[in-house]
Amino acid sequence: MFVDQLFLALIVLPFAGAILAATLNGHAKTSVRIAFTVSSLSSLLGLAVAFLIFLDGEMRWELPFSSPFGPLSFYLDTLAAFFLGTISVVTFAVSVYSFGYANHYEGKYPVGLLGAMFNIFFSSMVMVVSSSNAILFLIMWETMSLSSFFLVIFEHRQEGTVGSGLFYLIMTHIGTAAIGMGLLLMYVNSGSFDLSSFPGAAQGMSDVLRSAVFLLWLVGFGAKAGIVPLHVWLPMAHPAAPSNVSALMSAVMVKTAIYMLIRCCFGLLGVQDTWWGITVLAIGCVSALLGVMYALIESDIKRMLAFSTVENVGIMLIALGVAMVFGSYGLKELAGLALIACLMHVLSHALFKSLLFMGAGSVLLATHTKDMERLGGLAKRMPYTGAMFLIGALSASAIPPLSGFISEWLIFQAMLQSFSIPDAMVKILITVALGTLAITGALAAAAFLKVFGITFLARPRSRDADEAREVPKSMLLGMGLMAALCVLAGALSFAILPGLDQVSAPLAGASIADSLVNGIEIVPTVGEFSQASPPLIAVIILAVMGLVLTLSQAYGGRRKVVRADTWDCGTPLTARTEYSGRGFSNPINRMFSWVYRPIRTFRATRSPSPYIRTEMRYTSTTQPVFEKYLYGPTEAGVRWAAKKISVIQTGSIQTYLGYIFVVLVLLLVALRL
Amino acid sequence: MLTSMVQALLVLALSPLFTGLIRRSKAYFQGRQGASVLQPYRDLAKLFRKDSVLSHDASWIMTITPYVCMTAVIAAALMVPFITDSSLGFVGDLIVVVYLFGTMRFFMALAGLDAGSSFGGMGSSREMTVSAIVEPTILLSIFTMALISGTTDLSGISRNLATSGLDLVRPALFLALAAFFISTLAENARVPVDNPSTHLELTMIHEAMVLEHSGKHLALMEWSSMTKLLLYAVIMANVFLPWGIATDLTAIGLATGIVAMSLKLLLFGLAIALVESSMAKLRLFRLPNLLTVSFSLSLLAVISYYIL
Repeated sequence: MFVDQLFLALIVLPFAGAILAATLNGHAKTSVRIAFTVSSLSSLLGLAVAFLIFLDGEMRWELPFSSPFGPLSFYLDTLAAFFLGTISVVTFAVSVYSFGYANHYEGKYPVGLLGAMFNIFFSSMVMVVSSSNAILFLIMWETMSLSSFFLVIFEHRQEGTVGSGLFYLIMTHIGTAAIGMGLLLMYVNSGSFDLSSFPGAAQGMSDVLRSAVFLLWLVGFGAKAGIVPLHVWLPMAHPAAPSNVSALMSAVMVKTAIYMLIRCCFGLLGVQDTWWGITVLAIGCVSALLGVMYALIESDIKRMLAFSTVENVGIMLIALGVAMVFGSYGLKELAGLALIACLMHVLSHALFKSLLFMGAGSVLLATHTKDMERLGGLAKRMPYTGAMFLIGALSASAIPPLSGFISEWLIFQAMLQSFSIPDAMVKILITVALGTLAITGALAAAAFLKVFGITFLARPRSRDADEAREVPKSMLLGMGLMAALCVLAGALSFAILPGLDQVSAPLAGASIADSLVNGIEIVPTVGEFSQASPPLIAVIILAVMGLVLTLSQAYGGRRKVVRADTWDCGTPLTARTEYSGRGFSNPINRMFSWVYRPIRTFRATRSPSPYIRTEMRYTSTTQPVFEKYLYGPTEAGVRWAAKKISVIQTGSIQTYLGYIFVVLVLLLVALRL
Repeated sequence: MLTSMVQALLVLALSPLFTGLIRRSKAYFQGRQGASVLQPYRDLAKLFRKDSVLSHDASWIMTITPYVCMTAVIAAALMVPFITDSSLGFVGDLIVVVYLFGTMRFFMALAGLDAGSSFGGMGSSREMTVSAIVEPTILLSIFTMALISGTTDLSGISRNLATSGLDLVRPALFLALAAFFISTLAENARVPVDNPSTHLELTMIHEAMVLEHSGKHLALMEWSSMTKLLLYAVIMANVFLPWGIATDLTAIGLATGIVAMSLKLLLFGLAIALVESSMAKLRLFRLPNLLTVSFSLSLLAVISYYIL
């Protein structure tokens, strides 16, 4: 089969590229070119494979050697193909971007290794979504975690980078432990490591056991996806990595966890209880709200984007939770709708978040800082980067008809359909989630307004920002590709949704493509509840815009546009008289002070008159609530336990040999019985 | 299609009159003579003939903002039923309308930051703070109506409600209406959230954002804001109390529709004028209380729809 060969090439090519790039590490320019040519080629391969699967249906393929864990098999259905496609599209754009971006590491860090790891990282994500053997999956999951860890600590001479990386490593392994435990529980019941045997085994499992597996996986994959309160690593690790890697991590790596959650809840575990859906929904709400709130007060661009990833993962989980709730009541069409909304958000988030991280990387490259309080005025100095960052920010703020809007609109529609649920309590819970989602949307707009407004508008706040120049063409090309897709995936969403229905139909048990898309209209409902037509919205906006432009010029004649100073009340304006990012978010900080728990100190030097202060100092910091109340005590507990256990670590080799002997005897006895 | 275009033009054309009406009735309540109700038209005509001044610091955002704002408002006007219940609701439903207003707000706030003046930044920051609660409130309160009438298409809501007599009236409607009224005041920079008639930096939100616009640009900003106010009034009239709206294009239907709409708008304008004359503006950090109340009302509206 043709797909099989393409898939084989997809596995081999990145590894070959990685090895080549690593060996040529000495020749920085060559290795960069090789590494990213290979990754863009292999991402095109990935895209081709995904397309073929959508056309022809599923694909199964085995490694040609056996293992103690059964055949090491790969299985791609439409769900896996959708994520493979998303990963490939993003990787392609990021690879193009990296040609320009990776060059600035030349002479400072080993770029060849960056390119090599980049390829391995891509390849491991591909295999995570395609492997069908539990052990193979775990190995690939681990490869993904480790390669991303090495990428996070790439700029290891920067302060704090290695610490962030290590924290990420610990968190991701806690997740892997939970995932592994869940997989082993399933193995015990099914007798095979092949994932395709799990649905059958789940049928025969007791409710308690099945719920235990569900919770283990929720924690395990949730840690990777960055659900609150397991999100703490995400705003540390994603910003620490090189920006092209941050784009991959935030835009697609967290999606592999979403992929597995969808696969587990709808495919592997089968029967769902309502409370599963409610749990996912609740976690989604908390993650979305807290994620966006922390994003809003952040003044580091990349950290802000990372918190926004937490928010968007929350939104995806809200949609997934709603889908599970609908599924548990047997409302298959609605479950399908909610699942499609979730997948659409996966896609649109992948598009705009990679765009925004690439934009942040461009800013970082041009100004050497990602602190927005030191930026400003970049829209004039870097007009293309500015325009594309704006498109990403607009998509993230759900401005119609961009892709972010379409997905949010679908999620709202799916949630509004909750009136079909017979249980009043569940309906009320979904209503509360609806309110949370609405608040999240409004706060996200504020957060992205802030990040664009403070970074790109008004006067530069530092010399670096003042001297910023536009970035190389390859970087603009990578961003431009994503910006175009943000617009197209929104305006032409009617063409994408039937594909998403192909993904959700086998999972939800009902295909709704026929009713969902009617020509260029989207009718996300059972019955005549609502509809919208994104392409027509786009056309209307463009037509009206043209009319407004011509008519307003016509009436009163063409008028001059004079350049002058901003009104300054008589005092020349400097960078210090501008509104700062912190000042911008301060009203919200005060309004939600019960969340942020800000610590403010104010000190002024004494002087004879209380009205004249020679020097004033004001500091305001936000308490890291989770670090302080959850992670701090946990860490202390672990340290305490470790200290207690250290009693048996005498340091003498004889004692250790004694331990080994005792354990051996015990094992022999136990196995004999 | 044609009806909705005519209606959108009508909304655009009548919005300065509505603003003039509110100003005039405010003057009446305050014992002043006040300017003619046509004054806003004269102001706009004058501004359209003036040159624009742009700040040295401003980027292309400042230039495109007036056009984007006007476009968003007109696009929204196309999707809202006015005299008759036909609109382009099949193109965009209530969520699209709310997010079109969101687009307008987004660009207005960006332009506020763009000139690099502290006033603009202050206005943008406050606007986004207020909208963080107001936008969800508006969504939830219209969602209530969507659930009651079984559609999210704004004209569909009007039609279903108007044609079914009083069958669909529920307590949820009044809760949602109250929430929407408070949100309308907040969204359109009216007392007690903002004061539309002052340039005092302690009180202003909307005025601070448009401070650096001038000439044609200012005319577009002002006009789009007036249109937005009228649209909110129209949504309130047609979504919550649609009785009287023309459900067909007969002469009688249209006449009834026009009379009913004029009456409702007159009443609504008077209500705003009364609120503005009898209340003081709230301190900025007292606002969350009021806005949270309206948000809770809208949430209760949806919940009460499910329970009662």
